[in-house]
Amino acid sequence: MAKPASMLAKRADALMNWIDKRLPVAAFWKATMTGYYAPKNFNFWYYMGSLALLVLVMQIVSGIFLTMFYKPSALEAFASVEYIMRDVNWGWLIRYMHSTGASFFFIIIYLHMFRSLLYGSHRKPRELLWIFGMLIYLALMAEAFTGYVLPWGQMSYWGAQVIINLFGAIPSIGEPLTEWIRGDFSISDATLNRFFALHVIAIPLALLALVMLHLVALRETGSNNPDGIEIKANKDANGLPKDGIPFHPYYTVKDIFGVGIFLLLFAFILFFWPEAGGIFLERDNFIPATPLVTPEHIVPVWYFTPYYAILKAVPDKLMGVILMGASVLILFFLPWLDRSPVKSIRYKGTWYKVLLALFTIAFIRLGMLGMAEGTPSQTIEMRVWTFVYFSFFILLFFLSPKGKTKPVPDRVTRR
Amino acid sequence: MNKQSVMVILCLVAINSTMSPVLGSDPGMLENSGVNFRDKAAIQRGAKWFVNYCLSCHSASYMRYNRLAEDLDLDQDIVLRNLAFADVNIGDTMEIAMRPKDSEAWLGKTPPDLSVISRSRGNDWLFTYLKSFYRDENGGWNNLLLPNPSMPHVFWQLQGIQEPVWSSHDEERVIEHLELTSPGLQSPQEYEQTVRDLVTFLDYLGEPSKLKRKNIGIWVMLFLVVFTLVAYALKVEYWRDVH
Repeated sequence: MAKPASMLAKRADALMNWIDKRLPVAAFWKATMTGYYAPKNFNFWYYMGSLALLVLVMQIVSGIFLTMFYKPSALEAFASVEYIMRDVNWGWLIRYMHSTGASFFFIIIYLHMFRSLLYGSHRKPRELLWIFGMLIYLALMAEAFTGYVLPWGQMSYWGAQVIINLFGAIPSIGEPLTEWIRGDFSISDATLNRFFALHVIAIPLALLALVMLHLVALRETGSNNPDGIEIKANKDANGLPKDGIPFHPYYTVKDIFGVGIFLLLFAFILFFWPEAGGIFLERDNFIPATPLVTPEHIVPVWYFTPYYAILKAVPDKLMGVILMGASVLILFFLPWLDRSPVKSIRYKGTWYKVLLALFTIAFIRLGMLGMAEGTPSQTIEMRVWTFVYFSFFILLFFLSPKGKTKPVPDRVTRR
Repeated sequence: MNKQSVMVILCLVAINSTMSPVLGSDPGMLENSGVNFRDKAAIQRGAKWFVNYCLSCHSASYMRYNRLAEDLDLDQDIVLRNLAFADVNIGDTMEIAMRPKDSEAWLGKTPPDLSVISRSRGNDWLFTYLKSFYRDENGGWNNLLLPNPSMPHVFWQLQGIQEPVWSSHDEERVIEHLELTSPGLQSPQEYEQTVRDLVTFLDYLGEPSKLKRKNIGIWVMLFLVVFTLVAYALKVEYWRDVH
């Protein structure tokens, strides 16, 4: 028995050798997986990165199958989605994977970004890592927006109409710009076709490139951790970080467990509650798009509603658009807005905990208000939370250099 | 998950649940339809009402007759004989003869395709709508839930005729409730069952794979529970030597 096995092993070794002389597979694996040392004190929040990668792959694979049956034409799009739901074998599963995946992508990304706010992962030396992440977030928003138009329901149509019209608020070039984006005077077949092209090839390519840059930058700086200290500062005799463990196998097996928990939640929504009460799949989007009937209540999908609420909070359209844009763009500057000597919330004073709590409540509450009908009292509330949202960044800039801190340990703590 | 993270999440959940709810529209006067999507007999009965009462003006263009036969455990012959018009093939979708242009000219508005009506309106809305027709002062049909509908009360022979009972509120006349003034072929209980059966069918029509989806979902969840437990055991084993 031993002999053939060793023969096989020899052959496999020879093959690996042959490949390695031509392509640095082993060196790449060592540099990024077995020889990459990650802090040993990762907690719940550190599952999100690998889960985001998983959802990205799921969206691409399910998307490929959807494009095999979907028809990007104003006359056929709505019917082709129903065709997928009914006549294509397992089409309903593929479609729900994609629609549920879109919402879960944003849930994961929001948690991933929140992790940065908790532990200061965007701080020096990880500023570029954060900026690549923000670019991924922008690309993801574009991907979600173009994708939402494709089923060609009433919300697809009117949601796109409202969002694209926002560009019309820009003085002088606004109107021609909206026509250029739509390829028509209103949302039409031309718009649907170009959004399809952007959704299935242009933006995914950009997304993949940005994700690669994000990962390369991460491997260069190494991961932050809940204590917000650099494990590279404490190395043993072999030059390995004392608080680090090889990413593979430790974090690969840990992430597999994370994948299990994630898929349980994902499968529960997909199989038992795919509309999520009209939040993941909106009721009005089961009515075919028609320019003749405007829905009573046009709102974007949930992951855009915090920004939509900021837009609606401002009475002037142009100012609203500017403020909405600013609410996203300001996130790019976070690495320089937080000037505290410590990174992690664990060693920052109460001031930061209060700021972050208020910011998080503002974001969630704006998201809820963005979905609502928009009564006068809700408009006032939106203004209050918009003020809180922006105050976070301003107060962070001024309070962080002097804000109270606790002593930071030399070595990571496990708790 | 550490203590801090748990605290953060708990805080957010607590704060958000105490703030005034803004999600979801006011269900108001909607009645609970009591639809059981697993009740195949109800779907079959509903299919019969649908074909006899709805399918002349409303199409269900995304639904195929053979799918109906397969899902409802019926022979294709039975479906063709009882649920389809004469010149229909078993693989056809549930189309109607009336052309949209004609119906718009005749009825003022083309009756919508009903394939996914249960997904845009919801079962409770459909259930309440079909029970809320009344004869107004002009002798025409009106509806409490959807005032001045384009659709007449198609089921009036079954339900009978309801008329409004008015009351005054701040000098404004409002309809307090509807009263059955002339009984139909069915008793109120029978009619309610008819509407429930029809809505059960519309619910099925909206997503024919729903039953399969939920049945498979249970097995997927069970598999994932086992998978996650094994993954956890593997993680614990590997992490033994991390101190």
